[in-house]
Amino acid sequence: MIATLTVAERQSAIALSMLVAFFGLIMMIAGSGDVLGVHGVIVLLFGLGFLGLVMSKYFEPEPPQERLTRYYDDPTKVGIVLSLGWAVVGMFFGVWVAALLAWPDLTLDAGWASFGRIRPVHTSGVIFGFGGNALIATSFHVLQRTTRARLPDQVTPWFVLIGYNLFCVIAASGYLMGVTQSKEYAEPEWYADLWLVVVWVTYFLLYLRTLQRRKEPHIYVANWYYMAFILVVAVLHIVNNLAVPISFGSAKSYSLFSGVQDAMTQWWYGHNAVAFFLTAGFLGMLYYYLPKRAGRPIFSYRLSIISFWGITFMYMWAGSHHLHYTALPQWVQTLGMTFSVVLLVPSWASAGNALATLNGAWDKVRDDATLRFMMVAAVFYGLSTFEGSFMAIRAVNSLSHYTDWTVGHVHAGALGWVAMITFGSLYALVPWMWKVERIYSPKLVEVHFWLALSGTIIYVFAMWNSGIIQGLMWRTYNDSGTLAFSFIESVVAMRPYYIARTVGGSLFLLGAIVAAYNVWMTIRMARLRGVTETGGTDEPVLPGAGAALQPGE
Amino acid sequence: MAEATRDPVTGRETTGHEWNGIEELDTPIPRVVLFFLAATTLFAIGYWLLMPAWPLGWTYTKGLLGNDQREIVTRQVQDAAAERASWTSRIAKASFAEIAADPALMRHVRDTGRTLFADNCAVCHGTEGKGGPGFPNLAAGSWLWGGTPEAIAETIRVGINSTAKDTRTAQMMAFGRDGVLQREQVLAVVSYVRSLSGQKLTETEQARVPAGKEVFAANCAACHGPEGKGMHDLGAPDLTDAHWIYGGDEQSVLNSVHGGRQGHMPSWEGRLSPTDIKLLALYVGTLSGDRK
Repeated sequence: MIATLTVAERQSAIALSMLVAFFGLIMMIAGSGDVLGVHGVIVLLFGLGFLGLVMSKYFEPEPPQERLTRYYDDPTKVGIVLSLGWAVVGMFFGVWVAALLAWPDLTLDAGWASFGRIRPVHTSGVIFGFGGNALIATSFHVLQRTTRARLPDQVTPWFVLIGYNLFCVIAASGYLMGVTQSKEYAEPEWYADLWLVVVWVTYFLLYLRTLQRRKEPHIYVANWYYMAFILVVAVLHIVNNLAVPISFGSAKSYSLFSGVQDAMTQWWYGHNAVAFFLTAGFLGMLYYYLPKRAGRPIFSYRLSIISFWGITFMYMWAGSHHLHYTALPQWVQTLGMTFSVVLLVPSWASAGNALATLNGAWDKVRDDATLRFMMVAAVFYGLSTFEGSFMAIRAVNSLSHYTDWTVGHVHAGALGWVAMITFGSLYALVPWMWKVERIYSPKLVEVHFWLALSGTIIYVFAMWNSGIIQGLMWRTYNDSGTLAFSFIESVVAMRPYYIARTVGGSLFLLGAIVAAYNVWMTIRMARLRGVTETGGTDEPVLPGAGAALQPGE
Repeated sequence: MAEATRDPVTGRETTGHEWNGIEELDTPIPRVVLFFLAATTLFAIGYWLLMPAWPLGWTYTKGLLGNDQREIVTRQVQDAAAERASWTSRIAKASFAEIAADPALMRHVRDTGRTLFADNCAVCHGTEGKGGPGFPNLAAGSWLWGGTPEAIAETIRVGINSTAKDTRTAQMMAFGRDGVLQREQVLAVVSYVRSLSGQKLTETEQARVPAGKEVFAANCAACHGPEGKGMHDLGAPDLTDAHWIYGGDEQSVLNSVHGGRQGHMPSWEGRLSPTDIKLLALYVGTLSGDRK
């Protein structure tokens, strides 16, 4: 893959690797005796590793000029593999954390394996590792196809993908060593956050640079969503992570916000991470791979427009519904609740747009597990957005808040929507990327589908039950007018559901392992068979040939 | 750019856009979407009119209902307290004996004491009060500081070796570690102590008992009493019964004599109301059944 880089690009790659290694060295020295120093070693080795990798291929011949007539898909391929790797790791930790709640002794008596440390490894592993890599990989693919423009250069996409994974590695290893900002989904400390800003802004610029070179007059819906995802995540990440490190030699920092402002900033971030990372980005995926796989036009362009602007505008206000009945002023809670209710309409409009697109292709949904993954994803998207708006209503929230219902809701979205659309998209994408006519085993896709669906349903039902029972136990009074149940009694009552949840999660993990195996075998199949060039439709418009952009309508 | 074409399945025209084979239909926005958009927006506006909603510089729109979550919760807490007062006020005023003699009040004690105990005491003493290694069994009827409701209430109020000024204080010296007793003496007194509760001793232990008795009389009897029955005033446990806080086997007793003991219980005054403490004291008394 390095041989596809031009000599100039190899030189930039070397310079970037050296820069990373240099920063690693500084961190190592400044942070000696601190976790920061350990991370310095990791960054240094990371930089040196890539330096060696590029150097080893430095004297290979330049790639032929002809490469510019094809899309640049190598980063997408690597991104797919990384995504599935993180999926297995992240979901394994998820099953472990779930099992801990039923069998607390599974911490192995080790600090790094305690609940508070492996839980963020699970959340970051699946959201950022699995989801993030899938988003980056598919965004490069979709962006090039729908603009008919090649990525502007061959180093930037690698920088984004590899840099992003360096962030994920620092995040996950940091949690195990006890590094955390104690902000949910924003746990990594200041140095990791700064690095992600650099990577993410580069990602955004790469997107803009490619869009600028597009040979299509219109920008396709999928790209609106990917753009919203990249732009808003940058804003959220920067604002929520504003912090002052206690010294440049320490991993520890203090947030710029405190008290109720801190809570509000965190949940403005937290809910919009759901909105723009876990929703907008994956809607981008849905809007490309679903119509492509179904071979159907999008049901309604107009519906796409109002749901896009509805979602992007409304979500921004919704974060405060995480803080109902708290010290947050009531008027902020009101706004969070009411915008969450209105938000249901564009959310369902998106889900409906996706499902109506399948009209005329339902026979394919029946026969093709890949398309069925995407269909079920749209259904779960509709279900969990309804549930979300419902739970945002204050009266409902007074029962659901702080219970497992929230956990169930998140997983209806994360397993049913995010993971399902990702697996569906990756199953569609993998044969295209490795230029084989089909995935290694469609039967295993079918197996994966049923594992994933049954796992999700078991998980969600277990958490609905435990959450509602918990909520009711916490608010039940006896005849004396005092609480009928102690807290520990509610914990004991949760045990069967925690075991059921572990079973559901294990099924889902098993499915992810099947997916990783299937994709791996597809790649092997492609290698053994040798690359067969596909027809001329999967190519960008050549520079100079019909390059004039069509005027917009 | 492709011209608009007609989709054979739906009969709709496409918008004429095409990206990598993906087209879009020119379907108008379904009425139902617009209806629900209008309905939810109207709901939102209605809710804004009724409830605190929009910021206005230093203040905010208060809403027509005058709803204030802080006032509401304060009132609800007051109302609930007022409702409970029908029996809590009687608990507060009556003496322990009077409450214990009133079955209706004791029902409230059992109802409320159970959750109070589980939420505050069970972490150390267990949900059924049976204790655990290092934490006394409250259901055994073997009391360190006395098992009357008054004594229990006082223990809860001030704690043991706690940070409260008037805390109950008890410490058993580290006889072995601090060199007060020689190794032989420690072993001897351990055997004697184990004999007090009628445990089966090995022959070696048997042989140490007479020597141990002397050591006990000189060093231990001051707190544990000449017969080892303990003293409530000093918080010294009864060594003759079958209940052990730190274990009654040879090694455990040896550890206690060698290293000493100083248990801790936090003071609950200020964390629990006087009525709650009274209630808990009565509830804890019920754990051991009739044994006092």
